[in-house]
Amino acid sequence: MSGFGTLVRRLYRGEINVDFVGRHKLWYGLSAFLLIVSLAGLLFKGLNLGVEFRGGSVFTFSAPAASIEQVRSTMQDAGAHQVIVQTAGERWRVTTESLKPEAVTKVQQTVSDEFKVKRDQVSVDVIGASWGGEVSEKAVIGLIVFMLAIILYLTMAFEWKMAMSAVVALLHDLVITAGVYAWSGFEVTPATMLGFLTILGYSLYDAVVVFDMIKEVTAKLGTTSKMTYTQAANNALNHTLIRSLNTTLVAILPVAAILFIGTTLLGAGTLKDLSLALFVGMIVGTYSSLCVATPLLVQLKEREPKYQAIARRLGSTKSNKTPRVSAGGREPVAAGAAGAATSAAAPEPPSDKRKKR
Amino acid sequence: MARPTSGQSRPGRTLLLLLALILAMGGAMILQKAFTPKLGLDLAGGTTLTLSPLTPDNRPPSQESLDLAVNIIRDRVNGSGISDAQVAKSGDNIVISVPGVGQEEVIKLVGTTAELRFRQVLAAAPAVIPPAEIPTTAPSPSASGSASPSGSPAATPKSRATEPTAAPSDTARPGVSVSPAGRALSSALVGPASAPSPPAAAATPDQSPSAQATPRATGSTRPARQSTPSPSASAPPPADQQDPLAGMDTTGIDPAVLQQFRDLKCQAQDRGQGAQDDQNKQLAACSKDGAERYILDKAAVTGTEINSASSGVADTTGEWIVQLDFKSKGATEWSKVTTTAFNSQPPRNQVAMVLDGVVISAPVIQEPIPGGRAQISGSFNQQSATELANQLKYGALPLKFVHSSVVSVSSTLGQDQLSGGLVAGGIGLILVVIYSMIYYRGLGSVSVLSLAVAALLTYQAVVLLGHNAGFRLSLPHIIGLVVSIGITADSFIVFFERIRDEMKEGRRSLRTAIEVAWVRARRTILVADAVMFIAAVVLYFLSVGDVAGFAFAMGLTTLIDVVLVFMFTKPLVTLLARLKFFSKGHKLSGLDAERMSSDTTVRTSAPQEA
Repeated sequence: MSGFGTLVRRLYRGEINVDFVGRHKLWYGLSAFLLIVSLAGLLFKGLNLGVEFRGGSVFTFSAPAASIEQVRSTMQDAGAHQVIVQTAGERWRVTTESLKPEAVTKVQQTVSDEFKVKRDQVSVDVIGASWGGEVSEKAVIGLIVFMLAIILYLTMAFEWKMAMSAVVALLHDLVITAGVYAWSGFEVTPATMLGFLTILGYSLYDAVVVFDMIKEVTAKLGTTSKMTYTQAANNALNHTLIRSLNTTLVAILPVAAILFIGTTLLGAGTLKDLSLALFVGMIVGTYSSLCVATPLLVQLKEREPKYQAIARRLGSTKSNKTPRVSAGGREPVAAGAAGAATSAAAPEPPSDKRKKR
Repeated sequence: MARPTSGQSRPGRTLLLLLALILAMGGAMILQKAFTPKLGLDLAGGTTLTLSPLTPDNRPPSQESLDLAVNIIRDRVNGSGISDAQVAKSGDNIVISVPGVGQEEVIKLVGTTAELRFRQVLAAAPAVIPPAEIPTTAPSPSASGSASPSGSPAATPKSRATEPTAAPSDTARPGVSVSPAGRALSSALVGPASAPSPPAAAATPDQSPSAQATPRATGSTRPARQSTPSPSASAPPPADQQDPLAGMDTTGIDPAVLQQFRDLKCQAQDRGQGAQDDQNKQLAACSKDGAERYILDKAAVTGTEINSASSGVADTTGEWIVQLDFKSKGATEWSKVTTTAFNSQPPRNQVAMVLDGVVISAPVIQEPIPGGRAQISGSFNQQSATELANQLKYGALPLKFVHSSVVSVSSTLGQDQLSGGLVAGGIGLILVVIYSMIYYRGLGSVSVLSLAVAALLTYQAVVLLGHNAGFRLSLPHIIGLVVSIGITADSFIVFFERIRDEMKEGRRSLRTAIEVAWVRARRTILVADAVMFIAAVVLYFLSVGDVAGFAFAMGLTTLIDVVLVFMFTKPLVTLLARLKFFSKGHKLSGLDAERMSSDTTVRTSAPQEA
């Protein structure tokens, strides 16, 4: 596909120019749709909470020769009910209800006899029903404190409008990631919580890099400038687009590696749970820093009299085209991308949008 | 336009500084013979037990009672002979980590609630073998000092009259538990010698006098552990040959308990920590320091009948005392037992306080104490008084625990998890390396080298933290480290993209472009890293278990990232810019004009034009 090759080349050279900000209605609509779907999933389907939240016992052992039925019946013979058997390679992971210490010993003994495993090679994980709740309660407290700290920090480093936009984008990412979990039925474990919490840092990190560029670019805007805040921010966004994509790719590569190893080699467990949450969250995080955080910020900023004045002056003479568009009339590549700046944005000059607000 | 910074001229010096740092850490590793990280139990195999306190109103327990519970559990675990076990507080939880699999034993150990009971002493004798060591891991030099058994053979024949003046023999046992760090659970017993003052204190048995001078209105008791008649008046002979009960009044004592008493050596293993004592039975128990053993009557009062306990200074004498206030039922029981004790002969005039199967104090009763208010005095200092008061308070509201989680990882599963994490990290690194080589060509080599240095620094930090700060590498840490590859690489990407931006403008030399780009990229990197660091710090201090470990790894790598970008990546790029390969924009350098833009004149970089 030569079209794809050209797109890559254009991306590499930084020639891409997508009107992210101008199409904010599209993004908002998309995000609103995703949020509603996610919330519906959370409300009606609920999260598939792992054994750590329900309480239970998990036995892990290697038994190359065993079959699922064998493992299940062995467990039931040993006195465990509600047996869920999972397997990855030679490894078996059996989840049961929460067992008393004596019962755990008995199961271990039975498994060890039945499958010729050394007794101390049967790993056990017994979790009280309240433990997961405690972990998540702490996580929620951590989350709230973190949000406040971040708002404070970003207000100092940038300004409160950027802080609010970043945090809104953050919540957006969390809800959508949770929605993915609700609809897909992936198990939520404390390791998944870890993943969620990392998404926080990551999503903000991305937004901060974008905002830093916006701040730099828009700092030069004065009464005589040739660009509105919207255009300048969009420029900045396109400027960091390559970085955003690069970073996302570079960050997702190791996560994908963990996900791969975690799924194939180890079966269910910390590695898989964590990396899955990261994988989903990072993709959503990149999208939101480009398409949610920045448009939000722009809408907040365009209300400032200074930028309104610029927009009013330019609005009568210029359309929403950014200066770069002059170079944009290249091949009919990536219509969604290049076309955005030319055809789609043109009928909707910034002045119109301002009036609606 | 060019803004030369000081860093521009001396990239070599910065690199040398970094080299010195790496060598210094390497040297420390060699000196400590520490070359591999200490692994957590989920990687090395072992059992981790998390206990959560269960309080009636779901309120978090007080830190004092939690600390005391940690001490009690630690005593039990250490006393059981399990090696290398760790008992630590984590938030409101207590985490017990035991290498190797054997969770039944540990669960049994911590399965019971430590309770406090008051029991009348029926018989007492010094421990058979002088306790050569204390069950703590603290290398208390006083151990030898404590070897002196019954320092002052008071030699009060049991036939003696039971006047409270027998009490002055309350020479405290030379400080057996001088161990620092909150382990002086027994100190209330041993009086001032137990203060964490230099072990020298152990040499002088404290002859606290003047005790019986003031009978207090509220009723006073006086720790008098020495009033026990030792079997022979002078230095005790090897007790194996002698029945410790010789010449003792054994009426009313269950023969089975007598035998138990004879067998009791009060060594670390059989001191009886955590033994579930039946309150309706007699009991043979040891003092906390292992120097004394007792036969105790059925429990007269249980700790839950204590209303309050406090330590303070007596108005009249100015010495440290512990005050005790019983609830109504306890007050009646207490009155009864003190009356009985008062009317008995030594050693039966003592009432022992037994916490978790161990006698923490056994004061002589100087008078019947009605009304439920008692006062314990004699040979306390501030610390020992506070300690006893805390123990009594704990007894009033013993902390119950639920097993929040018992995780026992076999060594093979641990091994697999470790290798899984490492393989994943390796694959991730390789993918990132391939990507940056393709995308950034020559500059990519900088990021590859930077990642290598980052890996080295991280490894060194993990090893040194493991050997010096008790850091145990666990699976969440490894995942945190692998994930942070992306964050580290992002710093380079931000920097490189800035350089390319500057180059695209086409009016700068590479060297100038690098300096201008660096000033801008530096701020972005610092701000972004600060966000990550705040996330890590908040999570580390507010969360439990794996989350905290993960946050620690995230914070560590963020710091390393900053060090790396400032001390390695930037200087290296500056140095490389002096090479023709880069400055002339070779096709493979990643900075060639063709790849930057096909048409520089049309496309000047927009943002700078604003």
